[in-house]
Amino acid sequence: MEQGTASAVEPTGPGQRTGAGLHAAETLGVALLLGVAGYAAMFIAPTERTMGVIQRIFYFHVTSAWTGFVAFLITFVASIAYLRSRNPKWDWLAVSAAEIGVAFFTVVLITGPIWARPVWGIWWTWDARLTTSFVLWLLYVCYLLLRTLVDEPERRAVLSAVLGIFSAFDIPFVYFSIRWFRTQHPQPVIGAGGSLDPRMRSVMLLCWAALLAVMVLLLRQRYRMEMLRHEVEDLQTDSARRGEPA
Amino acid sequence: MLSGLQSLMAAYFAVWAVFFIYEITVSRRLGRLQADVERLKGAAKR
Repeated sequence: MEQGTASAVEPTGPGQRTGAGLHAAETLGVALLLGVAGYAAMFIAPTERTMGVIQRIFYFHVTSAWTGFVAFLITFVASIAYLRSRNPKWDWLAVSAAEIGVAFFTVVLITGPIWARPVWGIWWTWDARLTTSFVLWLLYVCYLLLRTLVDEPERRAVLSAVLGIFSAFDIPFVYFSIRWFRTQHPQPVIGAGGSLDPRMRSVMLLCWAALLAVMVLLLRQRYRMEMLRHEVEDLQTDSARRGEPA
Repeated sequence: MLSGLQSLMAAYFAVWAVFFIYEITVSRRLGRLQADVERLKGAAKR
């Protein structure tokens, strides 16, 4: 099979099989790292004195939030870069990171209430931290919905970039809310006068490393998906120009 | 009401489930797009 113009998809051959093998190895590596982090969080980290075993949710709840922040900041930076350069690759990166950020914040919004119920006696409260977190998640869900409503690629990219930049301004509100307002949510244990057992800190950093590895893996896959979607759009445009059915 | 351990298990299950489901959906969408690219390129060659 001939190789035509440069494509995101190689014809089936050694190159594609090597790529698939490498991706499988990377996925397995990340899954193992996630498994090790989970084991450390469950069995190696010391048990917290007040809350007991339920506190171990901390290792994935907090680190999912931090990873979500990183993903949304990638969207923020990529959106600015797109508006400056109008290079579609920045738009692909922005939407990929936004979708992954939504996935991580979904984890935060699920694990938070599961932790809160036995500790606070309630699933949810509209305090500053929880409300701003929910708003952040909702803003990026709206970002993803907006993209489904605009067909023209450049207009879609511009509108998304504006929303991606605007939405990121909620991140400092989420992060600093527990310092600026009286909240149900616990005060920081890292930085700002907080203290965390060194063993807990080590396990937490391991969990964060695992989740960042998950984020990078998913981001690469999702970016490739956007690249292919762009290629499909181009091919469909060419097909329409030739008068063929898509 | 769930015990502390049951809540912990539920939370860890939720973490794995979200990432697993998301990975599956991305893989499936990727597969569909690859098939579309192959189909459109085949049509263009004809």
